[in-house]
Amino acid sequence: MRGALLPPQLRAITGTRSGSLAIFIVRRILWMVPILFFVILITFTLMHLAPGSPWDKNGGRQLSDTVVKNLNIRYGLDKPVGTQFLLYVWNVTHFDFGLSYQYQGKTVSTLLLESWPYTATIGVLAFLLIIPVGVGLGVLAALRQNTRVDYITMGFATIAASFPNFVIGALMVVVFSVLAYKATGGNFYLPAAGFAVDDSLIMPVVTLALLPIAYTARLTRASTLDTIRQDFVRTAWAKGLPERLVVIRHVLKNSLIPVVTTLGPTFAFLVTGSVIVETVFAIPGIGRAFVVAIESRDYPMILGTTVLFSLVVAVANLIVDVAYVFIDPRVRLT
Amino acid sequence: MAIPAAAVGQITDWEVAEQQIGLWTDALQRFRRNRLAIAGAALVGLLVIIAFGSPLLVHFGLIHDPLKQNVDFIESGPGQNGFVIGSDELGRDTLARLLYGSRVSLAVGILVQAIILPIGLLIGLCAGYFGGRIDNLLMRFTDIWYAFPDLLFVLVVVSVFGPSLLTIFGAIALVNWVGLARLVRGQVLSIKEKEFIEAARSSGSAPAKLILKHLLPNSLGPIIVTLTFGIPNAIFLEAVLSFLGVGIQPPTPTWGQMVFDGYEAIYANPTSVVFPALAIGFTLLAFTFVGDGLRDALDPRMRR
Repeated sequence: MRGALLPPQLRAITGTRSGSLAIFIVRRILWMVPILFFVILITFTLMHLAPGSPWDKNGGRQLSDTVVKNLNIRYGLDKPVGTQFLLYVWNVTHFDFGLSYQYQGKTVSTLLLESWPYTATIGVLAFLLIIPVGVGLGVLAALRQNTRVDYITMGFATIAASFPNFVIGALMVVVFSVLAYKATGGNFYLPAAGFAVDDSLIMPVVTLALLPIAYTARLTRASTLDTIRQDFVRTAWAKGLPERLVVIRHVLKNSLIPVVTTLGPTFAFLVTGSVIVETVFAIPGIGRAFVVAIESRDYPMILGTTVLFSLVVAVANLIVDVAYVFIDPRVRLT
Repeated sequence: MAIPAAAVGQITDWEVAEQQIGLWTDALQRFRRNRLAIAGAALVGLLVIIAFGSPLLVHFGLIHDPLKQNVDFIESGPGQNGFVIGSDELGRDTLARLLYGSRVSLAVGILVQAIILPIGLLIGLCAGYFGGRIDNLLMRFTDIWYAFPDLLFVLVVVSVFGPSLLTIFGAIALVNWVGLARLVRGQVLSIKEKEFIEAARSSGSAPAKLILKHLLPNSLGPIIVTLTFGIPNAIFLEAVLSFLGVGIQPPTPTWGQMVFDGYEAIYANPTSVVFPALAIGFTLLAFTFVGDGLRDALDPRMRR
């Protein structure tokens, strides 16, 4: 069955593992196309179901028919809906998301380009924090299972996984900005808003990273507990390897495999989390721009951001899926 | 299956424990032994009482009216001007609004599950039972929904159709049925190969009877667990919408909106943020504990 649809010159490679790996990757990449197409289709349809026209709320003034007509022509709304959709999809493949309704004369692409460095900085810093802290806590809890270290770590992870990040962000602002400012007379506190490469990054990054850290820690603990009961780990102990080597070379190498699968969802979470964290800490990133667009019904901006976010999540999942195959040779390619 | 009282009397406790415990009694016993799950269930019970009882408290004058504004006493601290935990930027009683906020959260959490259940069951059962092309089609369909970051989808729907109760509940349900559908499909796939299904089929059971009498009851445990975990997720999404200012509209008090409002004056009056924030956090924690407890109690692999 596998490779039945392939041209004859490619059918030869289907028997080998590297061959089926190549087909798996290609299929996985091609599968992104319909997904993204439907994401655009659904969002686009929703936007066009919205009651009224985008020019209804122009400062409360009733616009004359000529003005509305010219605006429709300028924003491409005079064409039939089907044509608009196909044109939009075509433009998206050229990274052209149209003109923003809210900021006159600015394209959505410009707005996205202006705001992505903030989102990316916080996202990347959070990502760099998640892996070592999450894995570290998980391994620690597993190696000290049923001790106080285990209970405290997992208690922290349970709370961090249940509390929403805007709640954690708001509580951190109360403690580290408001109360710290009042207690030290303004000598020590963390800034509650804004973006600069200094201590104002601490709270947003921690807020964003906390939930994925909790998930990673719980998963690492579970899979490490699984691994340390395996025969090969007992052998490693029996032949007298020091703890450090057993943990790093034998346990971690195997227990981290399931953790890799969560990196895809983690990435998706960092994307949606940016919407919340950037609102809490007043950071002018893409997430904040999305919320502003939602409030002001800037449909091209909403559509563009949704497409971009979905693309990022889809690519992240793709990378994780492919990486998984490379890391674990036991994975079956289907 | 009523057992005569005399017969019950003859069976010793030891025999009951060994022989006559069904899945549900067993699950209940295990749930009771889980202290965190009981604490979570107690907190959920308290929330339900608060949700139903808060109008009575207002009626008997035990708490202030959550909508009554008092411009002379805005942003009071705890205990000031007769407000137990302070007042907000319009001089409304924070305690009353906090108690009333439980109504929206619980309603969202439970009603969304009521919408999800039929959708998830229908799609999951169809995909798992019929298999083949139908399964493939339905699963690709769920994949597409899965690709949408859920918060973004809810925000888009609310922005398009306006923040009414119906849109918010519907939008949250629309992004959350996927998990249940996938779970039901997986359950059906694994159960339908078992011998008792083969026996039922060879003795002439109709597909409808097979699904309702055998497949559904046997996957009930995981479905209950999934729905329980869905409750905090729905509450979370509603709270985020309110916090971003596009949720259920004022003056209806919701916790997310209270955090949002309080955030504006966080320096002058931090308690107006802290209390609703903790209310959201502990509510989600309580439902998570109950979900964890149910999962451990209903998982047959844990049975001794």
